[in-house]
Amino acid sequence: MTLLSSFIVAFSSLRANALRSFLAMLGVIIGVAAVVTMVAISTGAQKQVEDQISSLGTNVLMLRPGSRSRGGRSGGAATSFSEKDINALLQAVPDIEAAAGEISTRTQIVAGNKNWAGSIEGVTNDYFLVREWTIGEGRDFIASELRGGKVAILGSMTAKELFGESDAIGERIRIKSVPFTIIGVMKEKGGSGWGGRSTDDIIFVPLKTARMRLMGRDDVVRDYVRAIDVKARDGSDVTYVEEQINTVMRGIREIAPGAADDFRIFNMAEFLQTRNATTSTFTTLLAGTAAVALIVGGIGIMNIMLVSVTERTREIGLRMAIGARQRDIMVQFLIEAVALTIVGGIIGIMVGAAGTTVAADLGQWNPTINLDIVLLALGFSTFVGVFFGFWPAWKASKLNPIDALRFD
Amino acid sequence: MPKPIIESHDLHKEYRMGDEIIHAVEGVNLTINEGEFVAIMGPSGSGKSTFMNLIGALDTPTRGQMTIGGEELSTLSSDALAGLRNRKIGFIFQQFNLLPRATALANVKLPMLYNHDPHGDENARAKECLELVGLSDRMDHLPKQLSGGQQQRVAIARALVNRPDILLADEPTGALDTKTGHEIMALMGDLNKQGITIILITHEQDVASVAKRQISFRDGHIEKDTASTGDAK
Repeated sequence: MTLLSSFIVAFSSLRANALRSFLAMLGVIIGVAAVVTMVAISTGAQKQVEDQISSLGTNVLMLRPGSRSRGGRSGGAATSFSEKDINALLQAVPDIEAAAGEISTRTQIVAGNKNWAGSIEGVTNDYFLVREWTIGEGRDFIASELRGGKVAILGSMTAKELFGESDAIGERIRIKSVPFTIIGVMKEKGGSGWGGRSTDDIIFVPLKTARMRLMGRDDVVRDYVRAIDVKARDGSDVTYVEEQINTVMRGIREIAPGAADDFRIFNMAEFLQTRNATTSTFTTLLAGTAAVALIVGGIGIMNIMLVSVTERTREIGLRMAIGARQRDIMVQFLIEAVALTIVGGIIGIMVGAAGTTVAADLGQWNPTINLDIVLLALGFSTFVGVFFGFWPAWKASKLNPIDALRFD
Repeated sequence: MPKPIIESHDLHKEYRMGDEIIHAVEGVNLTINEGEFVAIMGPSGSGKSTFMNLIGALDTPTRGQMTIGGEELSTLSSDALAGLRNRKIGFIFQQFNLLPRATALANVKLPMLYNHDPHGDENARAKECLELVGLSDRMDHLPKQLSGGQQQRVAIARALVNRPDILLADEPTGALDTKTGHEIMALMGDLNKQGITIILITHEQDVASVAKRQISFRDGHIEKDTASTGDAK
């Protein structure tokens, strides 16, 4: 008896009892569908976070004012950074490839007759270096502009929103009533930023211009910057660089030994590790759910196969009388169980794919079904069929043909 | 010189039922030659069913020998017994035992599923057998669409499909009316004329009389054998 003919026999016997087969599969269908949906969602969510982080760069350290213990930013003159800090860091820590200060704000922008609430970042060209973000069209800031020029570089999304497909370079926009000339448009970075806004929805102006024209903070702290982004050299130990920066900053800020930092350093690599740990916990949880769902599904399969063996005792007796060996009977019932779980698995994958599409519409994450999930689901279905079909099949194969033939 | 196809020598079969040992067959010596048409009769409990199970290679003897087509039963594994049943014996049952969801043709093909020697076109062979039993126009019918007599004909075609040496029929007319029963017996007679050995288990004298040799069982022994008493035709 070939495997193919066994499968044909198995499917025809499942089809003959279509409703019962479907009900028996339901456990497997629900289990597989749940697993596929959840794995797809978590894969999508994980990918999104990884995209965000990699769009920042894994060897980027971000300095922000305010202590960890106080949670939110405390602001104020004492905890602000200045451009002097950047120079001190560059001198003291040789593993820093580039460091850039930034000032950010959100304000209304007017371009022609269009109004747009945009993020304004005051930066130097080093910022683009740290973020590994290149200019798509036009150019970056030249030295004279960095001393207070009224020029702007747009993120690709902002450029599209304000000027559509037409060329933005040379156009003028007004930020807080100050006219700016656009000198460049950034390449698309992709990924959404923190808080759901696109990374590409942004306007860069020279750091000094932002400080003088948009914040009015130059009088409070000289050379004020809100935040400092540092890029460690490729191949350097980012954690060690972080420690060095911490030491330098504590020195500048004259923080007594033992006292808490009044600034925070975000290490993207560490963040990624934390994220991975969270993901693996989540994955373990998913695997547990999957195991429970598939065991429940498997018990349903075993139950229906036991019923089927009892119901078809005479058929088994007949098959044995006309020459089926024990292993032929065993294979027949095993294949029927596997056919049940595989069909259940396939339906489950389709239901899961539908669920994933619904989840994609509802949530802002982007669930992804890949071949791995499909193969995993099919593999598990087959395993459940073999595992839970084994006992009924074994029972069938051990029937005595004489008794089986007389069974009513 | 007739060639023996079934030989039993001092054949014993015992069952354990609780604490009791039941001697179902006690020291049976019997030879059936190729091409014979034998009816085995006897009341229930006479041991005829047990003897039939042994002839059908569904069971192995407790003591003594049982040889079917030259193969000694007690030496065979369960797989080898299955192979023997598949190749050498065609079974016909009182209740037909057709698969209800399979067509007549598919039912007839069933034994070939377990035949491990390749033997050409299975469809053609199954159709040939259905034609032989006069059902060439009912091949795609399901058992429930066939009369009892037609179902038994399908079962006979199934028994023939692997070209067995022996047809073993257990009360083949028991579920049929008298007229249909006669038709089935006539068909078996025709098959016997074509050379196949037929062993018929029945309790009806009328049915048994179609066979050329009658063997009666009682209390695990052969009570009467028309071949040895000289009644054989």
